[in-house]
Amino acid sequence: MGLVACTRCTRVSPMGSTICDRCGSTLASRDTASLQKVWAWWFVGLICYIPANLYPMLETRTLGNVSNATIVEGAVELAHHGAFGVAAIILIASVLIPVSKFMIIAVLAFGIQRKSSISAHYRLILFEIVEYIGRWSMIDVFVVAILSALVQFQTLASMTPGRASLFFALSVVFTMLSAQSLDPRLIWDSENNHDTDSPAATGPSQTSLEKERSA
Amino acid sequence: MACPKCDFVYSVPEVTSNERAYCHRCHTVLIAPRRKAGKQIIALAASVLILIAGATVYPFLSISVGGQTHSASILETAFAFSGALTALAVAVLMFIVIIPAVRLVLLIYVLLPVIRDLALARYAKPAFRMAEALTPWAMAEIFALGCAVALVKLADLADVAFGWRPGCSPPWSFWWFSPKV
Repeated sequence: MGLVACTRCTRVSPMGSTICDRCGSTLASRDTASLQKVWAWWFVGLICYIPANLYPMLETRTLGNVSNATIVEGAVELAHHGAFGVAAIILIASVLIPVSKFMIIAVLAFGIQRKSSISAHYRLILFEIVEYIGRWSMIDVFVVAILSALVQFQTLASMTPGRASLFFALSVVFTMLSAQSLDPRLIWDSENNHDTDSPAATGPSQTSLEKERSA
Repeated sequence: MACPKCDFVYSVPEVTSNERAYCHRCHTVLIAPRRKAGKQIIALAASVLILIAGATVYPFLSISVGGQTHSASILETAFAFSGALTALAVAVLMFIVIIPAVRLVLLIYVLLPVIRDLALARYAKPAFRMAEALTPWAMAEIFALGCAVALVKLADLADVAFGWRPGCSPPWSFWWFSPKV
């Protein structure tokens, strides 16, 4: 259709425009480097996630005893104390969510590169889940900050953040950037290209504003 | 207009106050007007700003063990990361105080002229774009849940008490569709 759409304010402009004339955002029909950026952030995030689990997250000193706990050890310890709910929150936020995020982003990126058996609509829902939930992994870093700010009783008990907290925060930030660089419109392009039922499955995927309908 | 998620093109429909327009292909909400949304956002933004200021400076949690009491403000919480982890202190401060506050200030700056039917503020467009771009990086509500987790973690170690509560920002995104430029 020779149009390019603004992802911020939804205005359509003639093909070739570089700046939206309503809101001033930068326009691109498709972010051609999208997948490259996704994979780049994805790998950096994954690399940071490894030391985040190996190094101690929190150092606890009580009456001369020093104990270092990694993320998983911390959660296990909580469960031993009977706080299953909190242990579950920690495990979900710092293990389940990051791991499933890595997997979902990889599935989405692969789905754009090749044919995907998952429907585009389902993949968009996955994308929105990942985009929304990614920030919540940061909770573990905040908990460490609160604990080590509060528990400062020289000899009696004190807590200090461990090296893992930095790597963990970096990993969360990098996966958030990875999810943000994924252009969700690419999901629909790959759908159109091999979906023969679609009435307008035509043309080059990179310039694909083919349909018009009123809501 | 085109759906920002799947690029399906529509001619802009008339949508009244209690209706919503969805993209029929990917079900993204496209238009959802609300009456008086602007005023509500400004009122909430102003009060949350005051709460953030209060929560940042005053101690918001205190703990006592064996007669010793220790309390921490949000500022001190962020600076619990020191030495090699100082970068993290700055990041935490950005996530829970500075970015949420900047977003609210930007929103007020953009919306105040809008609800008064005046001309748009001079930098309204870039300001609103920036406010939207900052949304995922404002993590005040995550910090609030973090407080709860930390409390439970400490509960068997010591007595913990709330001081000034952190200003927790409501999920703004719900109101965001209406005041589109």
